[in-house]
Amino acid sequence: MLADTDRIFRNLYGREDWGLEGARKRGAWDATKVLIDKGHDWIIDEMKASGLRGRGGAGFPTGMKWSFMPKSDPRPSYLVVNADESEPGTCKDREILRHDPHLLVEGSLLASFAMRAHTCFIYVRGEFIRERERLQAAVDQAYAAKLIGKNNVHGWDFEIVVHHGAGAYICGEETALLESLEGKKGQPRMKPPFPANVGVYGAPTTVNNVESIAVAGDILRRGAGWFSGLGKPNNVGTKLFCISGHVNKPCTVEEEMGIPFRELIDRHAGGVRGGWDNFLAVIPGGSSVRCLPASLCPDSLTMDFDSLQKLGSGLGTAAVIVMDRSTDIIAAIARLAAFYKHESCGQCTPCREGAGWMMRVMNRLVEGNAQKSEIDLLFKVSKQIEGHTICALGDAAAWPIQGLINHFRPVIEARIDAAQVRRQAAE
Amino acid sequence: MSVRRLNPDQPSGFAFSQANLDWAYATIAKYPAGKQASAVIPLLWRAQQQEAWLTKPAIEHVAGMLDMAYVRVLEVATFYTQFQLSPVGKVAHVQVCGTTPCQLRGSEKLLSLCRTRIAPRAHELSADSKFSWEEVECLGACVNAPMVMIDKDTYEDLTEVSFGALIDGFERGTPPKPGPQIARVLSAPVGGQTTLKDAKLYDGSNVGTWRTAFDERERVKAEKAAAVAAAAAPKA
Repeated sequence: MLADTDRIFRNLYGREDWGLEGARKRGAWDATKVLIDKGHDWIIDEMKASGLRGRGGAGFPTGMKWSFMPKSDPRPSYLVVNADESEPGTCKDREILRHDPHLLVEGSLLASFAMRAHTCFIYVRGEFIRERERLQAAVDQAYAAKLIGKNNVHGWDFEIVVHHGAGAYICGEETALLESLEGKKGQPRMKPPFPANVGVYGAPTTVNNVESIAVAGDILRRGAGWFSGLGKPNNVGTKLFCISGHVNKPCTVEEEMGIPFRELIDRHAGGVRGGWDNFLAVIPGGSSVRCLPASLCPDSLTMDFDSLQKLGSGLGTAAVIVMDRSTDIIAAIARLAAFYKHESCGQCTPCREGAGWMMRVMNRLVEGNAQKSEIDLLFKVSKQIEGHTICALGDAAAWPIQGLINHFRPVIEARIDAAQVRRQAAE
Repeated sequence: MSVRRLNPDQPSGFAFSQANLDWAYATIAKYPAGKQASAVIPLLWRAQQQEAWLTKPAIEHVAGMLDMAYVRVLEVATFYTQFQLSPVGKVAHVQVCGTTPCQLRGSEKLLSLCRTRIAPRAHELSADSKFSWEEVECLGACVNAPMVMIDKDTYEDLTEVSFGALIDGFERGTPPKPGPQIARVLSAPVGGQTTLKDAKLYDGSNVGTWRTAFDERERVKAEKAAAVAAAAAPKA
């Protein structure tokens, strides 16, 4: 288990003071100027060497992303922090925003300085109202203490604007977020140009997840070697895991990357309801990744990007949704189909029409009111949506259904058979 | 996508209260000059807070303030589902999260309670106009499922019984404390946290301890860089 001294989110459960004084006692804002004085490139090099991969789901190396920003450009550069946490199963950024907001504020300064940005927008999902109030209060404290703002003690003029959405999952996609920030509907942009070239207001922009930014201070202080020494090769550091569903004690916890799946559940979440014999399946990285049946989750399965990707699933946001044998797995995935239908922005036809079509078929499969040939048709249609849309929401809508068909086809077929028997009996 | 239209019955006008107007101008000023459209969601949100729902005159008013075409603001109002386009319950509009993590832990029971206690269909007012409800998508409190949101607060770890008591509380004017409705600390596991038990994390004794190792690392790095530079320098 990760040692307490290696944990970055030391106020995860909000038992201590979230404010500036408490944050300082836990080590935030400690000689930040020493880090800044090392220079822009030093910070980027350290972040690269730390091996941090973005915590928003895609796992792109954070330091490399920062290095894509232009070094001399007449346009202003921007950091945009993606706090539009909406992936079903995910509730980690919420804890950072409400309990350790100063880690984010300090991280935003360090990241912005590294990328030569003087302005940072933090885009908080609309539903996180109390969390936004808390973050704004922390930003106000930082301004008052001259840690940020004009002529601050760090010698780098820096403004933070706390912005918010109003209930649109798609705004977690970085270019949709930028559109939304500009006051439009959140419909993703074509890439290229990438945000590092043309981002918000047509200026160079980097969009990072809350967790990726909030860990920057600790990485820079304790060194890239400390961070990269935790976890597994190419999957290093610590990670917030949100364990929900059919476990005895659902919780959010910071653990080492690559922790064995069963250890994570047993140690922190009190095990699966009814024991491991009662374990049916897990969605290991938020709703957008394919589910894994119990047979693919042996003791050796570890929670990291590469291990889960090998199984056709993914670590995503590390939102672990556990399902026991009482679950109607078809209904559980059908509910996700409804989610994606609701959240499709409507821009690309395959997603707009396909997500609704898949939801309607899934709803019939829940009742068994379908032909078995429709299972293959559903799979085929999901493949026609995947990869044929501007953003990854089309893929995200397709994958849960593909996971269901791959791993639970006999359950779907049995449901269809049972419904047929019922119909015949009724005739 | 979902079909969202403006309410057929609309009030005749809209104006921000003075306090909200001041707030609105301060908000617009946060964005770069000429980029005032960025303030559209915050302003619409404030208008909704003031009127309890988002009216057509409010949408027109915000369009005027931000120098945006009405249709651009209408697009925003209909795209983002937190904007309530028709009146909601006077006491509480209950948003029940129904996405899979909540579904797995019984959100369907909360939804049926809404149907019987509040109104048969979402977005309809209860008989006394005090309550309304809707099923919303993941609200981001999945380790505290099932949960609902009322106004700005979340009520978590609900059962049918505690949810019924929650509605009773709002009806009486004495709503319970937001957060988990069972004995637990926010997102920590029931029965106590498994991590973060080291008291030294909180007494300030760890502050500054990183400096020695940091300076040493940087010294070694500088020495190495100097050696490389010396080797690369042309010999005299």
